[in-house]
Amino acid sequence: MMRAGRPTAALAAAAQRQTPRTAAAMQQVLARGLATYNGEQVFDKILIANRGEIACRVIKTARKMGIKTVAIYSEPDKNAMHVKMADEAYLVGPAASSQSYLNIDRIMEVIAESGAQAVHPGYGFLSENHLFAEALEAKNVAFIGPGAFAITAMGDKIESKQLAINAGVNTVPGSLAVVKTDEQIKQIANEIGYPVMIKASAGGGGKGMRIAWNDAEAIEGFRLSTEEARSSFGDDRIFIEKFVEEPRHIEIQLIADTFGNVAALPERECSIQRRNQKVLEESPSTFLDPETRKAMQAQAIQLAKAVDYRSAGTVEFLCDKNRNFYFLEMNTRLQVEHPVSELVSGIDLVEQMIRVAAGHKLPEDIMKEDRPILGWAHEARVYAEDPFRGFLPSTGRLVDYQQPTEEQVPGVRVDTGVSQGSEISMFYDPMICKLITHADTREEALDRLELALDNYVVKGLGHNINFLIDVCRHPKFKSGAITTKFIEEEYPEGFSGVKLTSDESKSLAAVAAMIQYTRNNQTTNMLDALRPSVQPTSFVVSIDEDAFKVTFAGDTGETVLSDPTSGEEIARFNIRDFQYKSGEILVRALIDDAPQVIQCLDRLPQGFRLQYCGAIKDILVHSELEYEMSKYMLPKPEIDMAKWLLSPMPGSLISVAVTEGQEVFAGQELAVVEAMKMQNVLRAERNGVVKKVYANAGETLSVDQEIVEFE
Amino acid sequence: MMLASRTVQTVAGKALPASRRSVVAFADRWPEIKEQALLGGGEARIAKQHEKGKLTARERIALLVDHGTFVEYDSLKLHRCTDFGMEKQQFYGDGVVTGHGFINGRPVFLFSQDFTVFGGSLSETHAEKICKIMDKALKVGAPVIGINDSGGARIQEGVASLGGYAEVFQRNVEASGVIPQISLICGPCAGGAVYSPAITDFTMMVRDTSYCFITGPEVVKTVLNEEVTQEELGGAKAHMTKSGVAHLAYDNDVEAIRMARELFDFLPLSNNADVPRRTTVDPRDRADPALDMLVPEDPNHPYDMKTIISKVLDENEFLEIHPEFAKNIIVGFGRLDGRTVGVVGNQPLELAGCLDINSSTKAARFVRFCDAFNIPLVTFVDVPGFLPGTSQEHNGIIRHGAKLLYAYAEATVPKLTVITRKAYGGAYDVMSSKHLRSDSNVAWPSAEIAVMGAKGAVEIIFRGKNVEEETENYKERFANPLTAAARGFVDDIIMPSQTRQHLCNELELLEGKVEHRPARKHGNIPL
Repeated sequence: MMRAGRPTAALAAAAQRQTPRTAAAMQQVLARGLATYNGEQVFDKILIANRGEIACRVIKTARKMGIKTVAIYSEPDKNAMHVKMADEAYLVGPAASSQSYLNIDRIMEVIAESGAQAVHPGYGFLSENHLFAEALEAKNVAFIGPGAFAITAMGDKIESKQLAINAGVNTVPGSLAVVKTDEQIKQIANEIGYPVMIKASAGGGGKGMRIAWNDAEAIEGFRLSTEEARSSFGDDRIFIEKFVEEPRHIEIQLIADTFGNVAALPERECSIQRRNQKVLEESPSTFLDPETRKAMQAQAIQLAKAVDYRSAGTVEFLCDKNRNFYFLEMNTRLQVEHPVSELVSGIDLVEQMIRVAAGHKLPEDIMKEDRPILGWAHEARVYAEDPFRGFLPSTGRLVDYQQPTEEQVPGVRVDTGVSQGSEISMFYDPMICKLITHADTREEALDRLELALDNYVVKGLGHNINFLIDVCRHPKFKSGAITTKFIEEEYPEGFSGVKLTSDESKSLAAVAAMIQYTRNNQTTNMLDALRPSVQPTSFVVSIDEDAFKVTFAGDTGETVLSDPTSGEEIARFNIRDFQYKSGEILVRALIDDAPQVIQCLDRLPQGFRLQYCGAIKDILVHSELEYEMSKYMLPKPEIDMAKWLLSPMPGSLISVAVTEGQEVFAGQELAVVEAMKMQNVLRAERNGVVKKVYANAGETLSVDQEIVEFE
Repeated sequence: MMLASRTVQTVAGKALPASRRSVVAFADRWPEIKEQALLGGGEARIAKQHEKGKLTARERIALLVDHGTFVEYDSLKLHRCTDFGMEKQQFYGDGVVTGHGFINGRPVFLFSQDFTVFGGSLSETHAEKICKIMDKALKVGAPVIGINDSGGARIQEGVASLGGYAEVFQRNVEASGVIPQISLICGPCAGGAVYSPAITDFTMMVRDTSYCFITGPEVVKTVLNEEVTQEELGGAKAHMTKSGVAHLAYDNDVEAIRMARELFDFLPLSNNADVPRRTTVDPRDRADPALDMLVPEDPNHPYDMKTIISKVLDENEFLEIHPEFAKNIIVGFGRLDGRTVGVVGNQPLELAGCLDINSSTKAARFVRFCDAFNIPLVTFVDVPGFLPGTSQEHNGIIRHGAKLLYAYAEATVPKLTVITRKAYGGAYDVMSSKHLRSDSNVAWPSAEIAVMGAKGAVEIIFRGKNVEEETENYKERFANPLTAAARGFVDDIIMPSQTRQHLCNELELLEGKVEHRPARKHGNIPL
């Protein structure tokens, strides 16, 4: 461990390892007199060049270390959580990231104005921008991240692959040549053999990446990847490599100091991805044996050393079914999913990043090879996207928002940058929060994750909580038998909602009746009533196609479900500790002594919209007489919307591929809508003829706005 | 009409089986009579009613009132028509079930037309039955709910039937403002018959099985050569979205009746009764932090006023009236600390919340209902002005806009106003301003109380010179609630999350409010 005191040998040594300019910078930084943390000198004040949950996350650790924080924000983020949490906050520009969070000149001004000695870049934005790292260096401000060389080398997929090969790291077969034409892509793809992965050299986070199984897909993927890469990164170089089948995405978290020490943490498995965007992560992986883990960690360390790495970074590997692993890329930043590694290693990565940036050595015990893995951790990323509409982005305000608490879910960690009333706009990342749970075993950690998701209330926009719960409930996921194609293979038709088991439906029926009963008791007590109103103690609850008569035996909690026609008993529950208040969303009960969480999302004219185990159900709760009478009610005619192509989300219309009178075939591209910087291709659901095109390229669309009408 | 043989024979007492005629005492016979009365037009017609997805008159009542509380009047009443062979067709009750019952323990008088008897057509006696319960409701001081399912006038009775309608209309008018009246349209309601629901306070329709019109599709076709279906002409959708005749519409009878019970709970029993109050589990000082963030920074960005309204109200519950008509203004009922309040709010999501003809008349009627029945008014203001245009001017926005102004100015119930954002121009005055004797006016920090938006004002004042700079100046001065607060036009500026507590406290204080207006026969609202 570091000694306490003023400029130390360690710092001097650190300074020496930097370029001369960095060394000078460090000296200047140190000369300003630093805060101390655990007897070590660290920075007085750092600026966080980011927003949202990661900015808040960094501020938390900085606070713990006694370091003052400076936030930057764009105009729409004026009231954002990270702005409120920081000690100081500066406006850096309008909504568009290019003019605010990516505006290096303005951020440099803020650094000068605020006197911040170091900058934590978070992830995304400027975290892997070597120009920014260099600009900081020029102004003698410490970058809490790796050196510009490592960023540049690893930021380029082609270059990084070459570096990895040189460092003795396994890599995926493929061509390092930059692809320029359709002809070329066909030729190279055929040489490697399908399936191939088309990748933007500057890419990341799944943007600019496409898999192709044949020439046609290769050409289409090339076009889309090029466009995405150009708009997202301003760099449209594309290359291709062999696509590894049944792959698992497993990565090694590293933390390195300026003394050449590199510590590798237990692996993270991030195989649950949708369109290359990670959804659920865990650490460790169910798949690795100690030997593979060791080999993977060793190669990761080799690569880090090859680029003189410092700070936190991650080496991503693809692992095939025989536990062969190949280098994928190295992320030279703190990653979204870092919390799972923190929980199973007991290391605060942000703290170590700050210490390392201040020139301190990694603690000895972190580098021990036989460090135990502390249980198991899971992370779920809650996104503002609508899984019921093909996961299209969703925007809006968090009209109701309640995070799971420690009391509800032991050991839960919620990393977020939003609170009740916050807006998720189309300008930035659509992530609402990360839910992380930790326990001794995988099973327990997963149970807690489900519980956390059940307790998480998000209303006002589309979100993927129900989908996340469905994945958690999936037998393959539970057993750990997953690949990066899990979502694609298990949800080929998309997500249509959690299917409840028959027992769960029955529990839900009992709860729905209990809600109605409790609500009646709470709300029908009219003070000017002439006579007491007698409320029923039995109801008929209809869920999907089933109807159950639910009868309560007084206040004992005994609840009997029976067939409403024959009266035959179907099930019997004991419901105790029923916690429901009219108007509140979370409902809790002990059903046969097992704690259950139900969300009352809405009141309907004849019942409730409830969420249970991730399933959202419109449930009818009738008195027996109402049920009897409902038999005569006719079903409502469905309105045919198949004649329309409606915008599935708010966004801008990039192109319309059809004209009036044109014949289209199922699967044919009709239009491209861009939202959240993702280009979404809208395709024809069936064969037909275009009657009228209502919107033109460049137009801003609202959700459900008509784009094309068919004959 | 089919002859209901059993019924007529029993009544006449002539055609009973010979074996029983002389020996059966009335006391023994009358259970059977009662049973027949309960059957209305008979089992075949009941089955037909069910096939159409409709309930019978009695089934509807059974759903509407607390179990076992219905007391029927005149179940044995018979018509007196002797023309066109009508004397041979008799049904006990004459096509309408009337009586009283209780909804959550509170009394209600009701009539429910029986489509299985003469198609629910209204005879003189049918009307007498309705009038009887209305008279009693007025004496008792309890609301009336009418369930309409009628083919119209009993043609065979001619002018006697018309007289019956008018008797009902007269009572509807006399009861107006004295006891709340609700109409459920659960089937046809055509011709003159529509004027009874039209006068009542609330009209609820059932989608796909009910319709209201003065003249039906056949007449429209004959006179105008226009092809239109019953549903298009007078279905729930047309009346909910276009005409504003229906206040609420639901998918079927069961749903509509359940919601009628819910609406009933909000209403006082009469104009002499206190506003209803019920126990609530929602603390009056609940502060929803989301409220502080719901109004967007950019004054040109819309937001849903309904979210704000429901977050302020007890248990987040708001029963919106006229949800699909003139959506630029929101009206409806909620509760604060258990007491019913009538809520009016501009809706920035629709026409930027402008006032126009339809929104003015919609809100004016609602304000007057609340005032008549001692229901305090809570008004949420975000109004950029009146909607401009020739269509509005030529259709009389001056006349119609004046109604809302009149209604607010005339109202003596507690009036509470919350300005969430824009309160511009004449529309500011109209929306329950201090000058119209509102009792409590507060503004959120996001409020802008001014003659008009900054840009427009600067154009006029400075005639296009230094527009940008002067706009900034104007904004600084007027795009906030300070100027209004300095003059006392708003009593205070509060954080949005304090709104609920503020309103609950004010309402408690204002419970004993007394305000007198000069004695007069009635004012002359610009109709």
